[in-house]
Parts: sequence; structure tokens; C-alpha cells
Amino acid sequence: MATDLAPPPPKAATKAKKRRAGKVPLRAALARYRWLYLMLLPGVAYFAIFKYLPMYGVTIAFQDFLPFLGYSGSPWVGFKHFEDLFSGPDFGRLMFNTLFLALLHIVIVFPAPIIVALMLNELRVSFVKRSVQSLIYIPHFLSWTIVASLTYLLFAADFGVISGWIRDLLGDTAKVDYMAQEEWFRPLIILQQLWKQTGWGTIIYLAALAGVDPNLYEAARMDGAGRFRQLWHVTLPAIRPTVVVMAILASGNLLDSGFEQIWLMTTSLNRSVADVFDTYVYYAGITQGAISYSTAVGLFKGVAGVILIFGSNWLAKRLGQRGLF
Amino acid sequence: MSTMTETKATQPVNNNSSLGSRAFDTLNVVVLVGLALITVLPLLYVLAGSFAGEAEISSRPFFLWPEKFVTESYAYIFATDTFIRALLTTVVVTAVGTVVQLLLTFTMAYPLAKRYLPGRTLVLNLVIFTMVFSGGMIPTYLVVRDLGLLDSYWALILPLAINPFYLIIVKSFFQELPQALEEAARIDGCNEMGVFFKIVLPLSKPVIATFSLFYAVAIWNDYMSPLLYITDPGKWTLQILVRQLTSTDAATALSQMDRTWVPPEQGLKFAVVVIATLPILFFYPFLQKHFAKGVLIGSVKE
Repeated sequence: MATDLAPPPPKAATKAKKRRAGKVPLRAALARYRWLYLMLLPGVAYFAIFKYLPMYGVTIAFQDFLPFLGYSGSPWVGFKHFEDLFSGPDFGRLMFNTLFLALLHIVIVFPAPIIVALMLNELRVSFVKRSVQSLIYIPHFLSWTIVASLTYLLFAADFGVISGWIRDLLGDTAKVDYMAQEEWFRPLIILQQLWKQTGWGTIIYLAALAGVDPNLYEAARMDGAGRFRQLWHVTLPAIRPTVVVMAILASGNLLDSGFEQIWLMTTSLNRSVADVFDTYVYYAGITQGAISYSTAVGLFKGVAGVILIFGSNWLAKRLGQRGLF
Repeated sequence: MSTMTETKATQPVNNNSSLGSRAFDTLNVVVLVGLALITVLPLLYVLAGSFAGEAEISSRPFFLWPEKFVTESYAYIFATDTFIRALLTTVVVTAVGTVVQLLLTFTMAYPLAKRYLPGRTLVLNLVIFTMVFSGGMIPTYLVVRDLGLLDSYWALILPLAINPFYLIIVKSFFQELPQALEEAARIDGCNEMGVFFKIVLPLSKPVIATFSLFYAVAIWNDYMSPLLYITDPGKWTLQILVRQLTSTDAATALSQMDRTWVPPEQGLKFAVVVIATLPILFFYPFLQKHFAKGVLIGSVKE
């Protein structure tokens, strides 16, 4: 989310005396702001325990972790688990499946809310606009479990409505279980993402569009610009910074396929196309108990994500955009 | 239903509509209404299907109103202990979890909104770093296990207690609040805690409403946490049950092997999806006007 992290410009009355607080010694600051620090404490404890302790825990990726020896006692093995991962039989398939889904996501799912937001922005009847908005936001609030179940109910081999339509369309007579077909896995995943996220995704672009100065449209019309020229020269430049920020964020998630969605759509019959890093960590770590190895897989994914997000931020800046940080 | 009034102002008005322009408008409306229908029709079909008999589900291609109204699926589901327990568990975990999350998020956001607080930037940066990098599933699982939280309902709440994105949005909201009121309360002898509870929170009602919805929906919908941390079938949440019901033989999943009463196998699946969806759809209209505003506070400021 494109939150403005910089504090707003200081208000006139913002106390000069407190400005000096940054220089007071720690104990004096603690005493002076004891209530504020007290309020900070539970949150800091949360981040320490549930975010930073696991970050320390990734050290077991370099060990052969044995629970009874603990983090400090388990033997160190260096990059063994990473070598196992990169040279193992699963890596190529995992990488291909993950990147294929990411590519489909970027090409199909990422632009969808931009297009719908532009279409909504062109709607002149505000009643239609509000109703459409209210309806297309709904799926965002439904769980992946519900989405997967809906998919099952609609695509089930024996009674599914859509599977019936597909059969009629293709002239097939045999009842096909689309949920178990390898070639249907990716289309279904992308369809689910489109259905669930497109509507909600428009909000951020509509907000950017709302910030456009109406005078710009006025001026463009004066210069003889028709609707499509206005769209090209006023509307699109207005949402470009938002698109860039969303693209940077999305690039950080390239290797995040979304655990819940993929997991719920994986069956024993489509594992060859469905296995991605996210679900593989679960299979390896929780199902098979390869604690250190699966932590290494997760760490590889996490580090790649950090590199991707900083890399794309750097690239955006090089291309003259504002970037994220 | 009065969201997004903000966007009205920028409508590119066009008085001398050409033919092409009007054709575009018509097409635009048709496509968007079509999208809205694609969004809701599956939900309405499942709702209708949950009240239809087995024969109707398998024979009729698509319907929004059952020919014969049957409530057998619901009767069966509500007669099973497994379902009632899962529903109660989910309701309680969601309620308690939302309160915990709101409390932790808002109390942490308030000091972080005070720009003069020494150490604030450090904490903020540490928070932001967790949005970019995380230890991952397995190390988090080990922490939860070492805390003895496996098979505890707290495992569904505590690891998700603060969403860093929401924290930053609430912090930005607090920064925008007029400082004069807080100042006045301080002069009247209130300490920061008092200011927070007596002045700041009452001013934050729309934001509280927004994030109650977001947090509640997140816990209600959470599938990964119960999958990871709950192994005892007696502690299943609704999402796990929905998954079990739709992916396997429904009656077996409900472990109700009463042979005298054959359950409507497909109808059960429709009904349980409806029950797991309904609470969210019920609160949605009430909170809609808040969340549009709340999301905008954080994301638009750019």
C-alpha cells in the first residue's frame, strides 16, 4: 500500500521544546514518555516474538536442526540444504510453476483492476457506478476456502453448472473433472484471482483518479481533446504513479503464489503443475518433517522477494518514476 | 451505500456527445453490469442450490430459485455436533481475536504517531522491514510450537495480532488528528494513556469500524493458521470444515453416520458454503461506507 510514511510538515504550534527530545538521554526520555513507551510495549513484543524470532529462526536453514538440540546445539552444515534444493529434482518444476503463475498474474490479473477502474471512471450514471462497485467488492471478503468450494460446485464433473456448459460448447459427452485436470489448473487459478481481486483492486486506482484536477479535463477540452484524448493525456498520466507503486509491490511478490489458494486447488492428480515454493515448504516441512530443508526453501524465497522489491524500486527510479522508498 | 462520492468530481463531462462516444458509454455500462453479474451470480446460485433437492441440483443447469423449497441440508448440518462446534469456535475466536488485534494495533499506532518520541523511527523501520521480509512458515511454526500454542485457539489469534499495513494506516490517521484537543486534555492533567482512551479513540470510530471488519474477516477466513496449528478435529474452525465437506464425502466429514437419515450429499456442500459466507455478507453493507473511507485514508495520501 502506498502509504505516505513521511510525517506531515510540522504544524506551527508543534512544540520546540519537544523537538529537543531527540537529544535527551535515554533514561530521561523513558521517564518523560513513560506512558507512550508503555503503550508501545505490547506491539513491540508482538513484532519481536512473531516476526523477529522467526527471522532469527532462519539460522536453522544452515543447520541440521534437531528439536532436542535446539537452535544453538544443532550441527551447522553451511549451504548444504540450499545445494540440495538447487540440485534436487524438484527445483526446476517449482521454479517453472511459480514463475508461470507469476507471469500469468502480471499479464492478466494485474492490469484487470486498472482497466475496470478506468471504465468505472467513465461511467456517467452514478447509480450504476455505485451499484457495480458495491457488488464487485464482495468477493474480496470471501475466503479462499469459499472460492475453492464455489469453484468445485460450479466445475464438479457430475453436477457442476459450468462444466455442463463447457461440455455443451465442446460437444463433449464424457464428464470431465476439471478440478483434477492438469491443463485446467492454471486457467482456474487465474479465473479465481480475477473474480476475487479485480473489484477490490479498483479502489486504489479510483482513489488516484479522484485526485485528478477537473481543470485539467477542462483545459484538454478547450484544446479540442475528445474523450479518448482526455483519457490518454490526462487520466492515464494521473494514475501512472499508483500503477508504478503497485507494480513494485507486485514484483516483490513474484515468488509468492498465495499459499491458501494453491493449496486448496492442489489435488494428487495435478501436483506436477500445482507445486509452487509456498506449498512445497508445507509439504517438506510440516508433512515430511524436513525442518531445516524447508526453512532453506522459505529463506530462498524470502531473500529473492527482498531482492526483487528493491530491484524493481531501483529500476522504477532509473526510469524516472517516483518509486516506493 | 454511499461510497466513492469522491470520484464524482473528476468525471470527464462531455456535453456534445458524439455517436461514437455514446456507443462507448452503452458498451461500457453493458460490460460493467456484466462483470457485476459474474461476481454475484455464482453466490446466488449456491444460495438457491442450498435450498434445492438433490435431483434438482444434478438435473437443472442453472437456477436462481429452487423449484421445490427444501431445508433438509440445513436441518442436517445444524443437527451435527461437528458443525455446531466449528461454528461456535469460529465465532468466539473471531470475536476475541478482533478485540486483541484492534487493541494491539491502535495502542501501538498511537505512540508511533508522535514524531517527537525518541526511538520511534527505529521501531517504524523494524515494522516496515517485516512487510518486506519474513522468517517464513516453518520458523514461525517453530516459535508457535515452542510457545506451547499448538492446538490452542490462541495460535489462530496471536501470530496475526498486528497487520503492519493496518498499523501504518492507523498511525497516519492519528497523525492527521487535530493536536489541539489532545493538548487540552494534557493540560487538564490527563496522561498519554488517558488522552488515548478519552480523546483519541472516540475520534477514531470510523477507523475502528473499518479495521474491525478487516481483522474480523481475516480471522474468519483464515485457513492457513488452523491448517498449521490445529490438529485436533474437535477444534476445527468453519473454514477447515468447509474444506473437508466440499473436498470429501460430506457426511463422513461431519462424522454423523446415522444410517436412518441419508443426508443430501451435494446439498450439504451448498449449504455449508452459504453458512460460511453469510456472516460476512451480512455485515458488509453496514461497514461499506466506513471501509471505503478507511482504506482511502491510508492509501490515497500519496
